[in-house]
Amino acid sequence: MLRHSAAAAALIGAALFTGAAFAQSGKVTVVTSFSKDVTDPFKQAFEKAHPGVTLDVQNRNTNAGVKFVEETKANNQVDVFWASAPDAFEVLKGKGLLQAYKPKAEGIPEKIGSYPINDPEGFYSGFAASGYGIMWNDRYAKANGLPEPKDWQDLAKPVYFDHVAMAAPSRSGTTHLTIETILQGEGWDKGWRILKEISGNFRQITERSFGVPEAVNSGQVGFGIVIDFFAFSSQASGFPVKFAYPTVTTIVPANVGVIANAPNKAGAEAFVDYLVSAEGQEVLLEPSIRRLPVNPAVYAKAPEGYPNPFTDPSLGARVKFDVNVSEKRTNVVDVLYDQTVTFQLDALKAATKAIHDAEAALAKKDNAEAGALVKEARDLVAAMPVTEEQAASPEIAGAFTGGKEKGARQAELEQQWAAFAKERYQQALAKAEQALKLAR
Amino acid sequence: MAGATTAGRAHASSRSFRHFTISASPGQLALALGIAAFLALFLVIPVGTVIYVAFTEKGTGEFTLVNFLDFARTDLFIRSFWNSVYVSAMSVVVASVFALPLAYITTRFEFRGAMLIQTLGFLPLIMPPFVGAVAMLLLFGRNGTVNLLLNDWFGFRIPFMEGLNGVIFVQAVHYFPFILINLSAALRNIDRAMEEAAQNLGSSGFRLFRRIVFPLAMPGYIAGASLVFVKVFDDLATPLLLNVKDMLAPQAYLRVTSIGIADPMGYVISVVLICMSILAMWISARAMRGKDYATVQRGGGGLSKRRMRPWESAVAYGAVLLILLLVLAPHIGLLLLSFATIWSFSPLPDAYTLSHYGRVFGESFVYVKNTLVYASIAGLIDVVLGTAIAYLVLRTKLIGREWLDWAATAALAIPGVVLGIGYLRTFYGVQLPDGTPLATLWITIVLALAIRRLPYALRACYAALQQISVSLEEAAENLGATKVRTVRRIVLPLMAGGILAGFVTSFATAAVELSATLMLVQSNADAPLAYGLYVFMQSAAGRGPGAALGVIAVLLVALCTFASHLIIEKSQQAKGAGR
Repeated sequence: MLRHSAAAAALIGAALFTGAAFAQSGKVTVVTSFSKDVTDPFKQAFEKAHPGVTLDVQNRNTNAGVKFVEETKANNQVDVFWASAPDAFEVLKGKGLLQAYKPKAEGIPEKIGSYPINDPEGFYSGFAASGYGIMWNDRYAKANGLPEPKDWQDLAKPVYFDHVAMAAPSRSGTTHLTIETILQGEGWDKGWRILKEISGNFRQITERSFGVPEAVNSGQVGFGIVIDFFAFSSQASGFPVKFAYPTVTTIVPANVGVIANAPNKAGAEAFVDYLVSAEGQEVLLEPSIRRLPVNPAVYAKAPEGYPNPFTDPSLGARVKFDVNVSEKRTNVVDVLYDQTVTFQLDALKAATKAIHDAEAALAKKDNAEAGALVKEARDLVAAMPVTEEQAASPEIAGAFTGGKEKGARQAELEQQWAAFAKERYQQALAKAEQALKLAR
Repeated sequence: MAGATTAGRAHASSRSFRHFTISASPGQLALALGIAAFLALFLVIPVGTVIYVAFTEKGTGEFTLVNFLDFARTDLFIRSFWNSVYVSAMSVVVASVFALPLAYITTRFEFRGAMLIQTLGFLPLIMPPFVGAVAMLLLFGRNGTVNLLLNDWFGFRIPFMEGLNGVIFVQAVHYFPFILINLSAALRNIDRAMEEAAQNLGSSGFRLFRRIVFPLAMPGYIAGASLVFVKVFDDLATPLLLNVKDMLAPQAYLRVTSIGIADPMGYVISVVLICMSILAMWISARAMRGKDYATVQRGGGGLSKRRMRPWESAVAYGAVLLILLLVLAPHIGLLLLSFATIWSFSPLPDAYTLSHYGRVFGESFVYVKNTLVYASIAGLIDVVLGTAIAYLVLRTKLIGREWLDWAATAALAIPGVVLGIGYLRTFYGVQLPDGTPLATLWITIVLALAIRRLPYALRACYAALQQISVSLEEAAENLGATKVRTVRRIVLPLMAGGILAGFVTSFATAAVELSATLMLVQSNADAPLAYGLYVFMQSAAGRGPGAALGVIAVLLVALCTFASHLIIEKSQQAKGAGR
């Protein structure tokens, strides 16, 4: 590869090489998925605190950022990776692309809610916390006469059919954690049952995290499962939206890590230190950012009503989140969700609607036989092609990581799982329709 | 068709000479090799380093075709495949419905504002990423302006943006300019004598159009229609914005960009996309085979323009306005959005403000400058390569010359991220003397843009050359002109309209391209507009400024387009005057 490229180097380099702008010292290069609203205030504050240092922010979505760091590792030019999703940092760490660093800041506790703030091995550090919840468009809810949801299960109610949106867990690290939280909090089987009941009401499953708040803000969708700061910053921008934390939510840190072989290692460490310093933590309180500081002392300066996970036990503390369990099955859970829900959404929605109709009819006129059919239909919808043990097994997990050993290919498993779900949704639809006829 | 073949027969005698008058000279061979090297270096090799995974076995890394078997065995992929075929074909149909009247009316009749309409009709192609989508949803979505009003007044909604039909609607609006621009260029190139001859023989009205004019403009129409088909087939942004995931291009994208998963299927789908694109181009070339579209006499500027009777002109203006209103709706929405304070679940924004422009004005200058520089260089590279490839394919007998065409066309099918990753892999290891990786220079972005937009320029140049009779070149050569001089003095001036059309298409679409750019942008100072837009559109507060930046991008590109239409018009007039 190098050989062909050498010719190109000569060709283009000679003609257009513009100077050594990239090799300057005093420049810290940050790859981030955060928007301008977040990065600009930090850039200003950091450059003010460290005169002579410039923060060069390269904005990429998380996936592109990880791919970029991975592809360019041979000649790395990036100092810091700065993003929300802990799983992206896990991937970087797993590939040896991060450098361990322990920030100097003091007063930062071990855990926020039940989630450890920093990577136990010190490869990345949490600097801000966020929790998942439900965001809704007030005008939309009023126009459609929809009640305000309080908990995840509320979203499974028939009134919300076709009104809810969420990002696909395979596309959004934070949505993945929400799914995982529900699976760990409720158990594998019941967790999937709840997830599918909620998903049956979905209007859309977006492929990027910001797609959900965007749809809610513009009123295309009424309710969205989103991370809190999307809702807070939308409110701060004036959109008519509301937000609620459900009882089972996990508070997860957004992270920062130093890239291995960073060209400006000292600068990178200074930036990480700054983020978790009291001064840097205060920047998080700005209306356009609105994230939860990881330093409990900083909340004293927060405006009234600012959620504080360190004093409010309902935020995250109720769930026991086991990172090890989550890690073993990350890909399996994502692909299971995609194959049984995302790509089968029409079939799932048809079955869900039929069940809702049958239950509505049963509520008016009870019928034991129809009731049994509806229960069967619900069980068919909830059924999963793999058990909890299988999901964490190396045979299945290995199909997704491109392991060295030969084994089941991802495409084979996907086809099996998709066929499993599709067949059951069709059966569930037939049973629910039968039940509706009986109940009439 | 019949008209075309008849037209061809008019100078069939000249065709028999072609065998000995045209053969490959050393210069042509060198040109072909140079282009092949360029395409290999900046397209085939970078993409090859990424998609070879499609042919390797899991675990061992050995060569295998089992992944393609998996593709055929997976219901989701097969469903996606047929959905993509259906959507692409229907988009061509709907886009033709938009484009035909606009092209016909503005080139055939004396029509005030024809140039303005050509420019406006071109705008939909410049749909800035993300904001264009938001604007479209705010107007046509389930709770967009139209549906909110319909629901209030009549109690029903029209599902413009739902499912596959939604994709067809948006794609047709977005890509119909490909047909418009190529067809218009072709119509302008038709020799007036053909039409006059038909009129003298008693043909007129719709029959004249059906039998003579449209068949003669066929190369332009096919060029545009095949581009629409392939582009829709390979486009991932629109289906994803409408949350349609069971189409091929979105499936490839979703798989290629999943982190931590090593799945070859994304690359397998990319290979399928590339094959389908080449197949579509091959079929369209096949459809044109055996027909000669060239006309010999280059009289004055194309078809004679007829003056319309009052009722005709009323109908024409009505049709044009209606179509323009529909296809420009996204841009009207974008404009509203850029002035809106809050626009949420209401037919129109709550209030208006200028502050979004204030916010982007200062910082967007560098984006604007970069965009202009990148897109113009990319456009130039594209027309140079496009003209050269078209010339080699149509005017020489070099063995394997079609492969240049197909390789360049395949670029259309390669997802931007795949090209971006390929560039990083191929060029990041190469260091400049001071240790900077080659891939961090802004020229890499330009090359990626040029490669991605080359098919557009190529189709336009190809169609333009197809319309020029080879006997003009033969005449020049018989009079002693060298090949180079013939190309420079005869071929290029006659192709000018098509080349400009190609430049404009490449330039305008490169100006709003994001997917490859996002991979390759290395610093804010080197970033183009699309990247700035992306950065804004990731937050609630950035929506207004993002829309403002989008409006700036559209205006900028529109101005350049308008300028080039002026040039086309001027040159046509000059030709007409010189008659």
